[in-house]
Amino acid sequence: MSATRAATPPRQHSADEARQAGPPHRGGTLLRHLAVVAVAGLLVFGLSYAVEPFRNFQLATVAAYLCATAGLTVLTGLNGQLSLGHGALMATGAYTVAFGQNAFADRGFTGHWLLPISLAAAVLTTVVVGAVVGVAAARLRGPYLAGVTLAVAVVVPALTVTFDGVFNGEQGLSVPVEPPPLALGAYFPYERWQLWIAAGATLLALLLLANLVRSRYGRTFRAVRDDEVAARLAGIHVARTQVLAFVVSAATAGLGGALLAVLAQSVSPGAFSLTLSLFLLMAVVIGGLGRLAGAVWGAVLLVALPDLSHSVTELLTLSPAAAQRLEGNLPLAIFGVTLIVVMIAAPGGVQGLLSRLGRALLARRPGRRS
Amino acid sequence: MDRFVFLTLDGLSRGAVYAAFALALVLIWRAARVVNFAQGAMAVAAAYVAYGVAAATGSYWLGFLAALAAGLLLGAVVDRALMRHIDHASPLNPVIVALGLVLLIQAVLGMVYGSEFRPAETPFSRGAFSVGGLAVLSPYDLFVFATVGVVVGALAWIFARTAVGLRMRAAAFAPEVSRLLGVNVGGMLTLGWALASAVGALAAMLVIPTELGLHPHAMDLVFVSAFTAAVVGGLDSPPGAVVGGLVVGLLLSYVSGYAGSDLTPLAVLVLLLAVLLVRPGGLFAPVAARRV
Repeated sequence: MSATRAATPPRQHSADEARQAGPPHRGGTLLRHLAVVAVAGLLVFGLSYAVEPFRNFQLATVAAYLCATAGLTVLTGLNGQLSLGHGALMATGAYTVAFGQNAFADRGFTGHWLLPISLAAAVLTTVVVGAVVGVAAARLRGPYLAGVTLAVAVVVPALTVTFDGVFNGEQGLSVPVEPPPLALGAYFPYERWQLWIAAGATLLALLLLANLVRSRYGRTFRAVRDDEVAARLAGIHVARTQVLAFVVSAATAGLGGALLAVLAQSVSPGAFSLTLSLFLLMAVVIGGLGRLAGAVWGAVLLVALPDLSHSVTELLTLSPAAAQRLEGNLPLAIFGVTLIVVMIAAPGGVQGLLSRLGRALLARRPGRRS
Repeated sequence: MDRFVFLTLDGLSRGAVYAAFALALVLIWRAARVVNFAQGAMAVAAAYVAYGVAAATGSYWLGFLAALAAGLLLGAVVDRALMRHIDHASPLNPVIVALGLVLLIQAVLGMVYGSEFRPAETPFSRGAFSVGGLAVLSPYDLFVFATVGVVVGALAWIFARTAVGLRMRAAAFAPEVSRLLGVNVGGMLTLGWALASAVGALAAMLVIPTELGLHPHAMDLVFVSAFTAAVVGGLDSPPGAVVGGLVVGLLLSYVSGYAGSDLTPLAVLVLLLAVLLVRPGGLFAPVAARRV
């Protein structure tokens, strides 16, 4: 009956959750999350001035990916549903934001309040799509669910070519985005503005997710993951819980995709291929399933690895063609190998290793005192 | 009417390949309770080996044999080096490892061969015979039917009539008891992986020349179609996989012939969802009991 249990060993989970459940008073959790988000916001704000524009852009991309990986962590790590289709959900959000921004631009609307409306529309559209996929997913288990979401990931990018009158085929659509407000100064770097947008939206999404995870709903998610029959006996509506988890996760994926489109100022099917879906899953697994902090590691890896492989290929002396091949494929290879190694050797991922290390250090300290 | 006949025959020829590939998925599912999501990538790797051997020796048939050998070897290595070491308590774990393998294989192929489409040769002409002004099968289609027929027959014979086949079925059905009776369960599992991988490689050799050509991602959509075929037939049933493959091949052929080839991926998704929601056990398997 453990058909949908997530990849981390169950005992470690329950120990973690006992700690996470922590103090029973409710206001404390919200305040703690608000404090963490405020500190993270200040950090990003400081960083946006401290680093060069290109790094700002990279950080903004990390934020966009983080939206999607955090949602996938909730779905796969906490609810035990595997989705290979989150790249397609990101594409849904990205195309919606493109339609929204283009519609506003065509009608001559300008202003900074337009982008939040487009982003909200992107989230709403993805919620609807996610609900449809989620209703189907709630009836499926293990490999069947993986197969269906894989089909979604392969099919959705192909649709943009089928209906190229709407989606403009392989070329995709441009996403007009307003320049930063003049009040910030005439020479305000555009990349810093992008980072503010992406980090603001992502921190808001993370705050909501973190509260959801610690709430009654988060507990039902985990209960369904660990044992569906026991959850049912405890009065939890299993299918409804699974659909809810899928919808939440789809909403964040849609927001992540929309942010990616806003950052790139364009959207095309090539950016949302099956590989992206696999990358998201890799990121979540490598970061550590079932922990939101793991999603951060995953998102950082998604941006850092291609950059790293670029530097590696520059170190080697290769013909341009060979260098291009190596650079394009090295991150894939590293991701694949890391994924296999993590799955076999350390199913808790990076965050699992860190918490194990932390616990080992804590356990040693009292021993020293005595 | 001419068009219908042509599309039907073309669909059956495509379906035969899907049937072989779905059969490979079913073989591993029966032996190890794992859906091998890396099957497509493994098959493409074997096809690249065939390409290399055929280019070096100038013989299609040596390449063909090399693909089968590479398939056997790759399947055995994947089982021994990876799948054997995974915690199978959760069905997610083997799926995730298989996906990691997909990334790795596709990346290595991309690094070595680049990501342009390479033309794949066929041993027989793909020009159709015409009977009474009606274009019917090509020699290549007949070759596909014959090959898939031989494979299906050989697998049926191995599993139903040979001692090894009996041991393989026993090892999958009751591993503990089989071990007590002296069956090498681990070895049977590896043999199952090797056989399935070779069948997958064969399917790739047959289908790649009819599509755009050799490419690291050449089997992505074929995998989805074959998975659908396996699900249509019920993941547990080899005859179901064959029938499912033909059904999916016919469906895709009609959709691409009458509605446009862009719509075929959508048709696969709709069929997969419809089968899973209406009859999740497939058309040929007794419905598995899992009610919550």
